[in-house]
Amino acid sequence: MTHSITRRELLRRAAVGGAAVSLPSILAACGGEGIEGQTGAQPGTTSVTKELADELVFANWPFYIDVSDDEKTRPSLDQFTAETGVKVRYLEEVNDNEEWFGKYQAQLAQGDDIGRDIVVLTDWMAARMIRLGYVQKKDKSAIPNEENLVANLTSPGWDPQREFSLPWQSGITGIAYNEKRTGGPVTTIEQLLTDPKLKGRVTMLTEMPDTMGITMAATGGDPEKVTADAFDTAIDMIQQAVDSGQIRRFTGNDYVEDMLQENVWAGLAWSGDVVASIQPENPDIKFTVVDTGSHIWTDNMLIPLGGDVFTASTYMNYVYDPAVQAQIEAWVNYICPVEGTQEEIAKIDESLAENELIFPTDEMRSKTFIFDAEAADDPDYKEQFQAVIGA
Amino acid sequence: MDFLHRHRWLTPYLLLGPGLAWLAVFFVVPLFYLGYTSLQAGDILTGYTFKWAWENYSDAFTLYRPHFLRSLQYAGVATAIAFLISYPLSYWIAFRAGRWKNLFLLLVIAPFFVTYLIRTIAWKTILADQGPVVDFLRTVQLVSDDGRLLATTTAVVAGITYNYLPFMALPLYVSLEQIDHRLIEAAQDLYASRVQAFFRVTFPLSLPGVFAGTLLTFIPAAGDFINAELLGTPRQQMIGNVIQSKFKEIADYPQAAALSFVLMATILVAIVVYTRVIGTERATAG
Repeated sequence: MTHSITRRELLRRAAVGGAAVSLPSILAACGGEGIEGQTGAQPGTTSVTKELADELVFANWPFYIDVSDDEKTRPSLDQFTAETGVKVRYLEEVNDNEEWFGKYQAQLAQGDDIGRDIVVLTDWMAARMIRLGYVQKKDKSAIPNEENLVANLTSPGWDPQREFSLPWQSGITGIAYNEKRTGGPVTTIEQLLTDPKLKGRVTMLTEMPDTMGITMAATGGDPEKVTADAFDTAIDMIQQAVDSGQIRRFTGNDYVEDMLQENVWAGLAWSGDVVASIQPENPDIKFTVVDTGSHIWTDNMLIPLGGDVFTASTYMNYVYDPAVQAQIEAWVNYICPVEGTQEEIAKIDESLAENELIFPTDEMRSKTFIFDAEAADDPDYKEQFQAVIGA
Repeated sequence: MDFLHRHRWLTPYLLLGPGLAWLAVFFVVPLFYLGYTSLQAGDILTGYTFKWAWENYSDAFTLYRPHFLRSLQYAGVATAIAFLISYPLSYWIAFRAGRWKNLFLLLVIAPFFVTYLIRTIAWKTILADQGPVVDFLRTVQLVSDDGRLLATTTAVVAGITYNYLPFMALPLYVSLEQIDHRLIEAAQDLYASRVQAFFRVTFPLSLPGVFAGTLLTFIPAAGDFINAELLGTPRQQMIGNVIQSKFKEIADYPQAAALSFVLMATILVAIVVYTRVIGTERATAG
């Protein structure tokens, strides 16, 4: 596992770069044209033929599925092809929820087929896709393994029956800190944003639900039901930390680099990064869930308009088999949404099964919240947050 | 051929044709769409519609003035520094490098074989808080013990300067290289000191290079966002960062388009002013 982690980290570094050079503005601009007509999309109508298509087109985030040691194949996908005869065209094309949405919105609004059978999007964007009727209902009869879905994810507010969506992976956003540099644990947002020892050594995330959710929870607000007041209080606290120079940067995945180079001593971090990229390189960097509330987020599989429902559902069923999930999880290292994986993964690597950042304890889970999906998609909130992070 | 003989007046237009077609397709049409988008109103969910929404422009001026000023400031300083570094460098290569000329030119361009982004990320490693550069500067007390270089204005301006340096150095080299040495000799024969000969002959003759170099550096530098993003903090964000965030994060395309137009207009005005100043200088120098 160790050498695959190093390789993965290299890939990840490359990805951080790649994401930044792409010209999202151009893509977004193309998507922005001709959105006038919003008709055409039939919300959630599903006509199911119980016949597998020849090909499954799967749009996912980079480095989010198992890859063989020689990096040439994706074993779990090959196995799916072997079992069902369905070829998988796997596209690592989702770098950013909003960017992906901008690219396909015009077509989806017309009710057109965008040529994808499954796409993986974060909670709030999944909620938006469902609200706008851009996705189709799953064929539940083809997904008996859905009973393996962990209990706390069965009924999100935006899809209470999980009719449209199924989690791919979850992650916890908490605080990572370099114990050697900080001289002790950093466990609260107040410490992160005000401790003079950490001045200029702190990063937060550019993902609004992470940064705002955790800060709101720390300042007495409820991130599951966001109010303007609570949002303002949290924004003020972050703004002060920006003005005083306490916060060095707001980042995506690239905080990993800053932490490993010890430019940054403490900051918000994603559990999967800590397991896969940070701790193997520097074990002094610890991760903690925030006592006042840590963010648990989920990326969800959806079937966009035009996708083949039965084939997509068959694939969803396949990855909800704990043995298959273990194979993916052993590479991805995020939080697994499938019950029974822990036992299966122990057969691959005992230490992974014991890792609380992959299989969090109940105590850890009790300290987490799911961010208000509507607030995450609110243009005013987004704009205020962008202003705080400097743009 | 007969046709062309009879219609000779057509020749220049035919020669211009491909260039004009290129400009029309890749410049005029996108510019038109940008202008069209900048006057739309609405939001991403209900769609943007054309409404002569001039408030996008007034917002651009009122809300983002600090970002505009900062961009012009950083770009200006970076251009000046790039000039001060490049001029002696190009001068030396053009007049003194002899048969090594090509090698030194290659060294100037060599960083361009690596992509822009990777070069900037490399600076993060070079300037890292615990890295050798900062360590050394701490030892000689140029940086305080808990001080840093990364995530400061200095780092952002230095990054921009570094990244656009060849755009300054190459045009300077070309114009210096073309200078007829006999003119400088003539000046010295007429009792000009070397310094006088430089300021009365060499420098004025290199002005086209100075002009091209400063423009090639200043224009992209003013719109840059990578350096501020990677080497700065939220307090160093430039207008390019705002435009990027408007397009990508908030999906407010009209506002982003309006900001882009204002940036273009600002740069255009700056260039016109600059052209006039340089133009006068050339006239007096000649």
